[in-house]
Amino acid sequence: MNSHRFGYYAIRFYVILFLAFMLLPLIVMGGAAFNDTRFPSIYPWFGFTTHWFQELWADNRMWGAARNTVFVAIAVVALSVPIGTAGAILLNSLQARSRSIIYGIMVAPILTPGAVIGISTLLFWYKFNVPAGLHLSVLGQVSYIAAYVMLLVLARLQSFDAGLEEAALDLGASHAQVMRRILLPHLYPAIFAGALIGFFQSAENFNVTLFTRGNSDTLTVYVGSKIRSGITPTINALAFLLIAATVIGVIIYEFRRRRADAMAKLAED
Amino acid sequence: MSELIRRYGSSLTWIIIAFTAFWLLVLVLIPNFVLFEFSFKPYLPVDQLGGPKDFYSLNNYWTFFNSPIHIRIFFQTVLYSSAVTLLCLILSYPLAYFLAKIVDAKTAPSIFLLLIIPLWVSEILRSFAWFIILAFNGPLNAMLQGIGLEPVRWISGFNAVIIGLIYSYLLFMLLPIYNAISSLDTNQIEASEDLGASLWRTHWRVVIPHSKPGIASGCVMVFMLCAGSVIVPSTLASPSSRWFTEIIQQWMFEGLDWNTGAAYAFLLLTLCIIFVSLVMRLLNVRLVDIAK
Amino acid sequence: MSEDVTLSNISMDFGKFRAVDKVDITIKAGEFFSFLGPSGCGKTTILRLISGFMDPTQGKVLIGGKDMTGTRPNERPTALIFQNLALFPLMPIWENIAFGLEVRGVDKATRRAKAEELLKLVDLHESADKKVSQLSGGQKQRVAIARALAVEPKVMLLDEPLSALDLKLRQHMRAELRAIQKRTGVTFIYITHDQGEALAMSDRVGVMSQGVLQQVATPNEIYNQPSNGFVASFVGENNIFDGKIKSIKAGEATYDTSVGSFAAKIGPGVTKDTPVRLYVRPEHCTLTKAAAKSGNSIPVEVTESAFEGNFINVFLKDNAGQTHMAQVQNDPTAPPPQRGAKVQMNFDADHGVLLAHAKTRS
Repeated sequence: MNSHRFGYYAIRFYVILFLAFMLLPLIVMGGAAFNDTRFPSIYPWFGFTTHWFQELWADNRMWGAARNTVFVAIAVVALSVPIGTAGAILLNSLQARSRSIIYGIMVAPILTPGAVIGISTLLFWYKFNVPAGLHLSVLGQVSYIAAYVMLLVLARLQSFDAGLEEAALDLGASHAQVMRRILLPHLYPAIFAGALIGFFQSAENFNVTLFTRGNSDTLTVYVGSKIRSGITPTINALAFLLIAATVIGVIIYEFRRRRADAMAKLAED
Repeated sequence: MSELIRRYGSSLTWIIIAFTAFWLLVLVLIPNFVLFEFSFKPYLPVDQLGGPKDFYSLNNYWTFFNSPIHIRIFFQTVLYSSAVTLLCLILSYPLAYFLAKIVDAKTAPSIFLLLIIPLWVSEILRSFAWFIILAFNGPLNAMLQGIGLEPVRWISGFNAVIIGLIYSYLLFMLLPIYNAISSLDTNQIEASEDLGASLWRTHWRVVIPHSKPGIASGCVMVFMLCAGSVIVPSTLASPSSRWFTEIIQQWMFEGLDWNTGAAYAFLLLTLCIIFVSLVMRLLNVRLVDIAK
Repeated sequence: MSEDVTLSNISMDFGKFRAVDKVDITIKAGEFFSFLGPSGCGKTTILRLISGFMDPTQGKVLIGGKDMTGTRPNERPTALIFQNLALFPLMPIWENIAFGLEVRGVDKATRRAKAEELLKLVDLHESADKKVSQLSGGQKQRVAIARALAVEPKVMLLDEPLSALDLKLRQHMRAELRAIQKRTGVTFIYITHDQGEALAMSDRVGVMSQGVLQQVATPNEIYNQPSNGFVASFVGENNIFDGKIKSIKAGEATYDTSVGSFAAKIGPGVTKDTPVRLYVRPEHCTLTKAAAKSGNSIPVEVTESAFEGNFINVFLKDNAGQTHMAQVQNDPTAPPPQRGAKVQMNFDADHGVLLAHAKTRS
């Protein structure tokens, strides 16, 4: 009984420690955005300021990098979603042996270090005299983000009843109509999730982009170079904004989840 | 293939195949082959390309094997990546089990939401946060001094790198293990307990064997991310703790010797392939189980 | 060999919901006891309270006279057979069976021998090294029983283990479970919503509804002398009449309904003012052209009849529009009345019983 009780409290204490370990660094980093000192820290405290946010706002290079990040992410999603979906459909129609080989090639980029993907992409296009730049970053990122889309769509395909396609064909639908009206609607949740994950994976990518970007910046590369070349709390201001956006998103999501739960409960009664 | 044509007609089939072929050939296989080929060529000025000096050799790899410093850095990278992987596994497993099987179904999603907040804030900011915390005059040392302890020079040796790597990649261990344990029928755990097994043995004989694919997946991901990490070492390393990716960057950006860079990148890739095979062999799982 | 189990006035609350309400009963050592009730009646909760996965909010569980409060499942002399069996898919059959011995530190050779012995007991020779997935439903069932028996439990707890099997196999396994219980002498506590299972296998049955134990008795008594309306209608079929007691004389009551007045027995605890209903089993109803001279008789119309083989269920409608059923023997020389026929439905006062409603949560 006592050891059981002890375990009960021990595991809860551990969860709280774990959460603190994950979240405190973010609080420290966000808090330092308001400290009136050149070197980002929350200790010692030199007084409250919003100066670093103003400096961030005025930083043209940051704005350019942010714009690039969004463009790259959109391009990555636009390519990864059709490629990953096609890959999943193809894989799903293959038989055991060829299936496992193709599957292996498809998931390999997920298990490959970003630096290797970046360098191999750079060298491949260099052979065709394509210079480095964000277009290569897009292609490099697509190579592994498409694999995430593929895995999501493939999982969704497992629950698809191919009999529905036959029923549609039997009712006179064309192949294109079967794809558009039967298969794709079933896959939309996975495709949507894939697009979302792809967007954020791309936005946070550093390794692939670093080796393929040429002279262009994305936000992560911009932050990286700032950290190397002399940090000011403008980075913290940026971090604070990102954290704030995430927390707001989390709160909205949690609120909606709880409301949905409550509604479901009401519907049950 | 014939099944695809039957289901979607020939034109859609060709589109599907074309997309997949572009991905696998142009984005994955051939670039890696080019990387491989580049690594055997010498680094030459443009006007000497195709000239008498332009032939295949192992010279770029000899550069590595003749440099005790690079070899040491390589093995340090392997060693510390393995250590971080193991630490992440030890730290994640109890929490994954707690979230999957102990906490009630209402609270688990809330804890998850809190846990993945750092994941939305990019990797580079995650290590930057620790750069602030671990600074010699930073908040952590201030706290230590507050309770009467000596300040610690955290950013020295591999201390800070290890902390940063754990923080950055811990969730890549937690999530797959959580998924694996969630799929275990709770009756199995209760049956084991009912038959007299201690908590420890229930985990050893029932929960861990079942979650092996998740453990394998987490280990492979975390090791790969650690060994291939560029950001964390460049933010948190001290002069005495260099990482293999930093050498690659040196060749690529400072030496502008892409051929030797390719050879080093290929070594990194080989390391990851060896690690994946090792984990698959050790835990007796298939690639399909790992990548989920 | 076996122990008795006492549930001493136990209640179990989940938040505001009371799943088990003041259940108080002793199950004898070596008895085959069933808890019977619809889903959500609290029977599974009782099983989990006995096995130790939960502790009751109030009251105590005693096994062999020992208070089990705070004793973990792995320390109780019980073995639970789960509804989905919960066999370990990653272990071969014999390791599944020997798992309980393994955790007790028994050496491998002894474990193997014991597993082989138990496999023989449950009629599964030469399956020791097979995988769980290679077995059929009935075979898995037997492995689960063998696994539970391996730890030599004093009390075996079974949570609807037959529900996943098809009808034929289920009937076969009933006999087998009963035989194993008699052979081993272990106390069996069996949970089911299937009255056939409970009546066929048990020494005693406890019928439950809404967390309350309604009646504890032998299968015979449960069927022939139900203690209240819930037990009567949950176990077997019944024709039910709504009405009011007019008078009681010498254990027999006169009961007024909208279709007439009936003479009937009174159930346990029923007095003149108790709200009751009249219950009559279909097999005790006879159909005749003219009203019977003695006993109860009401005019009805035949709406449908269903041929069941050895008997025929004739569905009837009384003058108030209420549906009833009479079960008549299949006799080709005397076919039952056809649809639309106007006949009399008769039953003896001895076969009609006035029962109070189910006991509810206090």
